[in-house]
Amino acid sequence: MDKNRQKLLKQLSALDFMAVDLNLYLDTHPYDRDALLRYNSIVMQANALRSYYERMYGPLYSFRSTSDYPWRWINNPWPWEYEFNFKLAGEE
Amino acid sequence: MWIYEKKLEYPVKIKNPNPKMAKYIITQYGGPDGELAASLRYLSQRFSMVTPQARATLNDIGTEELAHLEIVGSMVRQLMDDVSIEEIKESDLGAYYADHDKAVYPISAAGNPFTAAYIQSKGDPVTDLYEDMAAEQKARSTYEWLINLADDPDVIEPLKFLRAREVVHFQRFGEALRIVQDKLAEKKFYVKKPE
Ligand SMILES: [Fe+2]
Repeated sequence: MDKNRQKLLKQLSALDFMAVDLNLYLDTHPYDRDALLRYNSIVMQANALRSYYERMYGPLYSFRSTSDYPWRWINNPWPWEYEFNFKLAGEE
Repeated sequence: MWIYEKKLEYPVKIKNPNPKMAKYIITQYGGPDGELAASLRYLSQRFSMVTPQARATLNDIGTEELAHLEIVGSMVRQLMDDVSIEEIKESDLGAYYADHDKAVYPISAAGNPFTAAYIQSKGDPVTDLYEDMAAEQKARSTYEWLINLADDPDVIEPLKFLRAREVVHFQRFGEALRIVQDKLAEKKFYVKKPE
């Protein structure tokens, strides 16, 4: 189960990273239509994946995500913990 | 406002604690060229930026730096995890432990607590953007020295990610500077009224 969470988290992190990077690029290139299309498409893919992740493993956003009972936001692990994260080092 | 997202921008999964490395890496948490200084600098300077592109760039890079602060804090915490008192005494971390146990505190590698004197917010967008470009280069160099000090791939990978982001930020600030300079030239617009 945790393996699956980490796999989803890895996919989501990859999409979100592309969105962060394109966001900064678009800040100084607001008329780059291709980059904007790419950005919109990545954000939509990430949103779909994020909803799925949240249904399975609980809220990702403070005060923007809904929660099952009981309040799941407080659930461990938190992002700074070893158990939370997926492994990237040594992978190519 | 800010919304917290319960994940890291880049994963930190360090199997082998290393208190020496924690003492070095903490400099990117609270040191002169660290992520706290970076976020505070850009998020403060954005109020006096003059073009939409420059405002957005300062706002969004300042925000990303907060995510980097969290990555560095996570690295420090995991590097100190389960470290015994003997290991702390053997490493350089004894003085830090005396003041903070294994808590994460904004301090430089040399032990200086964080200070706002690390940053400027000058009211002149050209001046500020030059500072920002220099700051990104200083952070990039620091990550390179930290990579030189590290030998564990679990530590090196996130450092390489953070280093690469400094290069991108430098590029974006350079573009924002050019946009600001073009605007100031074309509009005969003065940030400060000439006497
Ligand atoms: Fe940066």
